[in-house]
Amino acid sequence: MTIASSSPPSRLPLSGAEGARTKSRTGREGAGESRGDGRLAAVFIAPALLGYVVFLLWPTLRGIYLSFTRFNLLTPAEWVGLDNYVRMVHDPIFWDSLTITVVYVAINIGVQTVSALAIAVLLQRLTQSAVLRGVVLTPYLMSNVVAGIVWLWILDTQLGIGNEIIAAVGADRIPFLADETWAIPTIALINVWRHVGYTALLLFAGLQAIPNDMYEAAKVDGAGEWRMFWRITMPLLRPVLAVVLIMTVIGSFQVFDTVAVTTGGGPANATNVLQYYIYGAAFARFQFGYASAMSVALLVVLSAITVLQYRLTRAGHTDLG
Amino acid sequence: MRIRLHTRIRTAVTGALALSLVSGCAQGDGTGASANTVTYWLWDASQQPAYQACAKDFERQNPGLKVKITQMGWDDYWAKLTASFIAGTQPDVFTDHIQRFGQFADLDVLEPLDDLGVKDADYQPGLAANWMGQDGHRYGSPKDWDTVALFYNQKMAKDAGLTADQLNGLAWNPEDGGTFEKAIAHLTVDNKGRRGDEPGFDKHDVKVYGLATNGGGDGDGQTQWSNFAASAGWTYTDKKRWGTEYRYDSKTFQSVIKWYFGLAKKGYMAPFTDYNSQSNQANTQVAAGKAAAAFDGAWMISSYEGFKGLDIATAVTPVGPTGKRATMMNGLADSITKNAHNKAGAKKWVRYLASNECQKTVGGYGIVFPATPDGTKAAVAAYRRKGIDVSAFTEPVDDKKDFATFSYPITNYAADVYALMHPAMQDVFGNGKPVSSLDQTNSQINLILDQ
Repeated sequence: MTIASSSPPSRLPLSGAEGARTKSRTGREGAGESRGDGRLAAVFIAPALLGYVVFLLWPTLRGIYLSFTRFNLLTPAEWVGLDNYVRMVHDPIFWDSLTITVVYVAINIGVQTVSALAIAVLLQRLTQSAVLRGVVLTPYLMSNVVAGIVWLWILDTQLGIGNEIIAAVGADRIPFLADETWAIPTIALINVWRHVGYTALLLFAGLQAIPNDMYEAAKVDGAGEWRMFWRITMPLLRPVLAVVLIMTVIGSFQVFDTVAVTTGGGPANATNVLQYYIYGAAFARFQFGYASAMSVALLVVLSAITVLQYRLTRAGHTDLG
Repeated sequence: MRIRLHTRIRTAVTGALALSLVSGCAQGDGTGASANTVTYWLWDASQQPAYQACAKDFERQNPGLKVKITQMGWDDYWAKLTASFIAGTQPDVFTDHIQRFGQFADLDVLEPLDDLGVKDADYQPGLAANWMGQDGHRYGSPKDWDTVALFYNQKMAKDAGLTADQLNGLAWNPEDGGTFEKAIAHLTVDNKGRRGDEPGFDKHDVKVYGLATNGGGDGDGQTQWSNFAASAGWTYTDKKRWGTEYRYDSKTFQSVIKWYFGLAKKGYMAPFTDYNSQSNQANTQVAAGKAAAAFDGAWMISSYEGFKGLDIATAVTPVGPTGKRATMMNGLADSITKNAHNKAGAKKWVRYLASNECQKTVGGYGIVFPATPDGTKAAVAAYRRKGIDVSAFTEPVDDKKDFATFSYPITNYAADVYALMHPAMQDVFGNGKPVSSLDQTNSQINLILDQ
């Protein structure tokens, strides 16, 4: 009330006494009005801008600066030019980490997107139950760390209930998180389990935007569910799917907590994903300069992938209408 | 209206400032930093009551001084300690581990303690000397110690026909494993009830392993391979302290590792895939009845004794090719932070923690072996009152003729050594990589130490 009456937005129609009073006070429209808007806008933008500068812009710039230094947090940073980047290019563990991360993302996003799409379509075409939608979301309500620990216990080779069941049916126990072949797919699937419901709901929201009469018309023309999925659902869902993919791929590249609680990067670096390697360099070995250089590399990789995905999927365009 | 708006903004800003000042004060209270308070951090919850008792005596003897003890779990402890050094909210005094000593010395966050008058002779051998930095200054005051011994399930041993005397008289060698390997094989039982040394034993279908696994052991192998490597005459580095070259490329070391991990290949020791640092450590394997015995440290005595329905006893480490038994003797210390808020009070508190008086108090709780001989005696007596025989841990310290004790490797770049050795040993144990692959890891480590 106070704010609105002290600086009236010129485009908003003010009615009655308040509008008249304001007009009579400021006396004229135009330059004075827009200056008032500017101040008001600044007041509104300030909190978000402050947050952006303090928590994003400044850390990013400082991170980029630190990537050119040798820095252990406790003594002043020492400028070393491109040394950290040269070291990164020659560091086989960095390249291994990047490969492991890409494999993880491929499994995680591949399985998750297909499953989420299937769940979303089923939710849209078969049921309207809000309870079911809620159930689908349940794993997402659990924290990553808790989900990781629960699965760690379920899948423990010797004591886990999952392996007890496998052994009970006469099969060999599977070292899900302790074997270098199994560990990354297992972690990827644990995260699919946690995120698939949320992804499905996002896609479901996209499906809701597709006009129902299209399906009705197709039905009249004799199209089956399978044909309608490929000819109507997929093309019209594409922009939403593209945005969901971009978001989930970025999230997937940043996998850390599940690895930290289940395998700690092991066995023998088999799950040493990039974020975990960066964390180790920074917080265990105090090599903040090198860790920053690797973070900058991750930033570049993610930006490139995002731009590429955006272009390839034409995420900015819709085929609707 | 405009005036009112400005007034409101001003009020809001003033309010925010006031709030931050208040929270700033609250933060100050949180760390307990003040002229008459000494803040002290430790990670072992079971030790807190003992040190609380010391603090009470200390406060009585030093009117006006208060000790504020904060306990947090191992992982949080080091993360918060690191963060506190950066934020300037570090404790005045903290429990220090030898593995971190090199790094903290590099980071220059520790206060020299030369004027505390810590004398080597007042403590169990080697404990005080380990906390001397490369610059000749002391950075830790001896607090306690631990050794490693063999915990075993008495019922399983009895079923196997193995007596306590036999288990305390084992010997091993890297060729055929000696009587130690025979005993471990005999303790192993497959799902058809055949023992590891009996014909037809199925190593792929083991019900109870003779020996539990604690993983690859990283660069120290404290509760894994260290007692074998040391009793074969191997040492981690070229010097006792602050060595400049590691020796993971030694043929002796590699033969020990090959034999030790080979126990898993034979089905006598739980395989690498059974181990998980979170969900299934050696003690869990023993508690679950999946393993008959496990090498573990004195800090685990209460855990093993607490296993419901299991009768656990301990035996000394086996005699090695050198003719001696070996066990790692590790000691914690109290360190003062360089930017301690109350340095004078901190020094008084550390001097008291290092005193026989406090160490005897701590010993009386029967949860840890204090560093002074009298403190150790008090602990042994307290354990005895609980019905626990701890001689497998104390004998190596008392009997220098038959036992060799050795320390954690103390060098610079300990975190880098860990980062390289942790996956390398997992590769050998879990993926069957040849032990000779450690040659390359060793060169990488020594290259880092050369910097």
